[in-house]
Amino acid sequence: MQIPCPICGPRDRREFYYMGDAVALRRPGPDAGDEAWDAYVHLRDNPAGRTRDLWYHEAGCSAWVVVERDTVTHAVHGSQLAAEAGS
Amino acid sequence: MRLDGKGLIDRQKPLSFGFDGRPIAGFEGDTVASALLANGVRLVGRSFKYHRPRGILSAGSEEPNALLQVGRGAASVPNVRATVQEIYEGLEVASQNRWPSLKFDLLGVNDLAAPFLSAGFYYKTFMWPRAFWERVYEPIIRRAAGLGALSGAHNEDLYEKAFAHCDLLVIGAGPCGLMAALVAARAGADVILADEDSMFGGRLLAEEGEVGGMPGAEWAKGAVRELAAMDNVRLMPRTTVTGAYDQGTYGALERVALHKAPGGAAPRECFWRIVARRAILAAGAIERPIAFAGNDRPGVMMAGAVRAYLHRWGVAPGRKVALFCNNDDAHRTAQDLSRAGVDVAAVIDARGEAEAGGDYPVYTGAHVIGTRGRTGLREITLRHSGGTARIKADCLAMSGGWNPSVHLTCHTGARPVWNEKIAAFVPAEAAVEGLIPAGAAAGEFSTAGCLADGKRAARQALAALGLKPGRTRLPEAEDSAGGVEPLWHVPGPGRAFLDFQNDVSVKDVALAARENYASVEHMKRYTTQGMATDQGKTSNIGALAILADATGRSIPQTGTTTFRPPFSPVSIAAMGAGAQGKGFAPERFTTSHAASVGAGAPVIEAGLWYRPSYFPQEGEVNWRQSCDREVMMVRQAVGICDVSTLGKIDIQGPDAAAFLDFVYTNTFSTLKVGRVRYGIMLREDGHVMDDGTTARLGDEHYVMTTTTAAAGQVMRHLEFVHQCLAPQMNVRFVSVTEQWAQFAVAGPLARKLLSEVLDSPIDNESWPFMACGPVQVGGCAGRLFRISFSGEHAYEIAVPSRFGPALFDLLVARARALGGGPYGMEALNVLRIEKGFITHAEIHGRVTAFDIGMQGMISPAKDCIGKVMATRPGLLGEGREQLVGLRPTGAVKQLTAGAHIFEPEAEAIRANAQGYTTSVGFSPTFQSFLALGFLRNGRARHGQTVRIVDHLRQVETLAEVCDPVFLDPKGERVRG
Repeated sequence: MQIPCPICGPRDRREFYYMGDAVALRRPGPDAGDEAWDAYVHLRDNPAGRTRDLWYHEAGCSAWVVVERDTVTHAVHGSQLAAEAGS
Repeated sequence: MRLDGKGLIDRQKPLSFGFDGRPIAGFEGDTVASALLANGVRLVGRSFKYHRPRGILSAGSEEPNALLQVGRGAASVPNVRATVQEIYEGLEVASQNRWPSLKFDLLGVNDLAAPFLSAGFYYKTFMWPRAFWERVYEPIIRRAAGLGALSGAHNEDLYEKAFAHCDLLVIGAGPCGLMAALVAARAGADVILADEDSMFGGRLLAEEGEVGGMPGAEWAKGAVRELAAMDNVRLMPRTTVTGAYDQGTYGALERVALHKAPGGAAPRECFWRIVARRAILAAGAIERPIAFAGNDRPGVMMAGAVRAYLHRWGVAPGRKVALFCNNDDAHRTAQDLSRAGVDVAAVIDARGEAEAGGDYPVYTGAHVIGTRGRTGLREITLRHSGGTARIKADCLAMSGGWNPSVHLTCHTGARPVWNEKIAAFVPAEAAVEGLIPAGAAAGEFSTAGCLADGKRAARQALAALGLKPGRTRLPEAEDSAGGVEPLWHVPGPGRAFLDFQNDVSVKDVALAARENYASVEHMKRYTTQGMATDQGKTSNIGALAILADATGRSIPQTGTTTFRPPFSPVSIAAMGAGAQGKGFAPERFTTSHAASVGAGAPVIEAGLWYRPSYFPQEGEVNWRQSCDREVMMVRQAVGICDVSTLGKIDIQGPDAAAFLDFVYTNTFSTLKVGRVRYGIMLREDGHVMDDGTTARLGDEHYVMTTTTAAAGQVMRHLEFVHQCLAPQMNVRFVSVTEQWAQFAVAGPLARKLLSEVLDSPIDNESWPFMACGPVQVGGCAGRLFRISFSGEHAYEIAVPSRFGPALFDLLVARARALGGGPYGMEALNVLRIEKGFITHAEIHGRVTAFDIGMQGMISPAKDCIGKVMATRPGLLGEGREQLVGLRPTGAVKQLTAGAHIFEPEAEAIRANAQGYTTSVGFSPTFQSFLALGFLRNGRARHGQTVRIVDHLRQVETLAEVCDPVFLDPKGERVRG
C-alpha cells in the first residue's frame, strides 16, 4: 500500500504511523459538554466505504496527513496536510 | 534418455549431483527433473496420503509430485520442486515421505487401506474416544501423511529483501512478455521483466516452431540481447512474481543463488517488493491432466512437459511414448518425438476426429482406462470403438487442454470468468488495478496471437503512462487454434487422481457432493483438493468440473476457483530477511557504552537502548552489593550516570511558550529563560502520557526531555497537537536525542566536581536548583541543567555527542578521585524510589494526575490536552487507587513489584484487592525494602498496615502505608 504524502509524493505505508479517523481534528471546546467529549475521544464509525484517516509520516517529513481511502476497494482517493484540512 | 543434438544445455559442462546418495550425471542448464529423466529415473517420491509411487508430472513451477529435500544439515530445504531446482556440482537431493527407502516404502500399506481413507476420513474415523485425538491419532496421522521435514536447526544462510520501482512490470518472458517488454522499452519506459525460469523465452524454449523465420529460442535470445543492452530495462530471471497487492505493488521471490553451491557471498534468495505504475501479466498457461484410472503412475506426464524435456533439455522421458489428449496442440508431442527418433506407441484422442501426424497408430474417440507398472509405467489399457487394447509404453503424455495462469488476477479479490470457447477460466475485466493480462494468461494460445497481444498490452500500458510507442513489426509465427473439446474424467473402475499432491481422486469429490458439500469452498475443505503447496495449479479446474458433473450443474453455475498469494511457496527466511537474531531489533548505544562495558558493567535493554546495570568492583559477588555501594556513593559523595537515552526535543518558535502551555498541564510560558521546570502531559482521555523536565534556553527556545520509553510517542504527539489541533501556532520541533550526550552528576560533591571540570567554576547563586544554561567544558560548548532524579544535589551536563566518550571518562575519573564513580540503572532506580519519583512503572497508561498526587499541576487558568476528560466521573476521588509508599513492618522484610495489596485480615483474592506495588528496591539508605504502589484511597491511609501478597513468587509481607517520598520530603538536599 502506498500513501500519497502531500510533501514527499507517493510513499510506502511502512513509513507512516496510523492514528485513525480524522475526527481527531475536530477537538471540542473546553465547555462543549460530556457528550461532545465522549464522542471525540471514544466514538468512531467503522464504515464500509470511504474513510478519512490520519497518518503520520514518521519515517519521512513528519507531516500529519489526512488520507481519503475506501475500505472496500482499497482505493486511495487523495490526501492533504492535516494542518490545511481545517477543523 | 538423452538425445544427441537437441536441447539448450551446455554439453561442454558436465555436472554430477546426488539423488538419495546415488550420483546422477547432467549438464549445466539441467534441472533436477531433466537430469533424472535423462538418466531414466522415473520414481522420485511417495504421495502425501497413500504413499503411492510418484514421478515427474510437469516441467515447471506447477509440479505437484516431484518434491525433494535439498541440501543437508541446518540449511536443508524441504518440498523443493525438482522441475525448478537447477543442478550444480555437489548438489544433494533426497526423496521425501518414504521409509525405509523410496522403492520399498512400508507406509505403502496406506494405499491398500484407501477405501477407509476417503475424503473426510479423519472427521469420521477418529472421533472416539475424544482424548485419543491429540495424543494418539494426530501424531500417527502426521507421521504417516506428510511432505518433507524441516531440520529444526537455525539456518545460517544469507537471505535478502529489496524494493524496486518501475513504469512497467512484465510478468513472464515468453513470446508475449518479451514482445511487450520490447515495445515498452523501445518507447522509453522503465521496464522490469521478471520470469521464474533461469532462461527467458517461456514456451519458445519448449517448442520447435519458428518466430520471425528463425527457431523460437533464437528469436527469444535476440530479444533478450536487445533488452539487456538498454539502460531502462532490468531483467530478473529466476524471479517469481508471487503476489499482486494494492496500488501496483507486487511481491516477487528471486532465487539468487539456489542454483549454486551454498557458501558464496550472494544471498540464497531475495524477496522483492516491486511498485509498478503498470503491469502486464504474461504468465502463460498451465496444461491440465485428464482424470483416468492410474493416471498418477510414474511415467504419466503432461504432454507439454514432454515437449519441454525434448526441446529444452534434449531428453526423451521414455523409450516408447503414448499420447492421450483432447486437443490439436498435444499432437505436436507425438510429431516432435517421432521426428526426434523416439518410438511413439500410440496417439489416443478422445475426440471423434484427429489427423495422424506421423508414423504411429492414432485412436480417435478413444480413452485410456488403466495403467500398469509397480513403480513406473509399463503398459496402458485403452478403450476405443472396437473394444479395449493394451499397449506397451513407459511414458504416457497427457493433455486435457490449457488453463490460463490467472492466479495473480485473483489476488485482490476478483474471480476469473469461464470462457466456453477454450473451456477455461480467463481473467476478469480489470481484475487488478493497473494489471493487463495478455497472451496465454488471457486465453490467447497461439504464438502469433501471444506476440500480437504482448504488443497490444504494451501499447495500452504506454498510453496510460503517457508514453508514445514507436513502430514495432510483429515477427511471423505459428497461428493455430487449440481445437479443444473438454474431457475431464474417464469413467470406470480404479482411482483417477485430480490433486496429486494431496491425493484427491474423482471419487473423493463425488463423495463430497453426495454428502452435500456441494459448494466449491466446502468441497475443497472436505477433500483438501487444491490445498497443498501447489495450490491445485494442475487440479482445481478438473475438480470443479467433476463437482459440476456430480451436482448436475454447469461449471460457471458451480462456481469459480480462486487463488491467493503466494503464487508459489515463499521462504519465510526471504520475507523476514534481515530480521533474524540481532537484526530483529536495532540496537542503540550511548556514547559511554564502550567505557561501561569495558568497566565490566552488564547491560540491560531499555527499549532499543542498552544501558549499564551496575559497575561491579573487586570483591562484589552479586548485583545487590554493587547497587547498594553505588546508592551510598551518590548519597555521600558523587556519582556519574549516562542519561542520554532520555528523549530530547528542541522546540523553537514565537509560539513555543503558548504551545507548551497547551501540551503540558502546568504553565511553561511563565518559566524564566535559564530555568527548568518539571511537567506532566496527559493524553486527551485524561490519563498521564509522560513526564519530564523542560528547560527554557531563550525566549522562543525550549528543550524538552521525555522518558526513554516514550520519546517517540511524545514527538509524534507534539507534531499531532501542532499540525492537527493548533496549526496556527508558529513553532517547530526536532528530536536531538542522539545529538547530545548527557550525564547526571549527582551527590553532595557534584558542584565540587563540576567546578573542576568546567572552564569556569559554578556556585549556588549563579546555578541554583532548576537553573540551566550554556557552559564550556575544555573549550567545548555544552549545556548544564541543575536537575535531580536522585533527590541529591545534582546536575546534568550535555555536550555534542562526539565529545560524549571523552567527557564520560573525565567525569568518572574526577568522581573516583572524590570517592565516587559511575552508577548504573539499578542504583538509579533505588535512588528515585527513595525519593518517590515516578517512572513508567507508575504512569503505565491507566493512571491520572490525581492518582499520582499531581492534580494540583493541572493549571485552572488555561486549557490543555486531557484537561476536560481528566475531571470526568470515576477519574477523581476516594475510589481511585492512589500513589503511596510502602515499607515492611512484619517478620517478612521482602517486597516484590507486581504484588497485590489487601487489608491485613482479608482473604487474598481478586475481589478483595486494594491495589498493587509498581516499583520495589532495597534501600541501603534506610536499610529496608521500599516500594511504590497504588492503593485505593491511599493518600488518606498513611500509617495503616496492609498485607502485600505476591501469589506468583509466594511472598507475603505486612507493610505500612506512607508518603511516597521516603527521603528528604522538604527537598533540602537538592537545594544544597
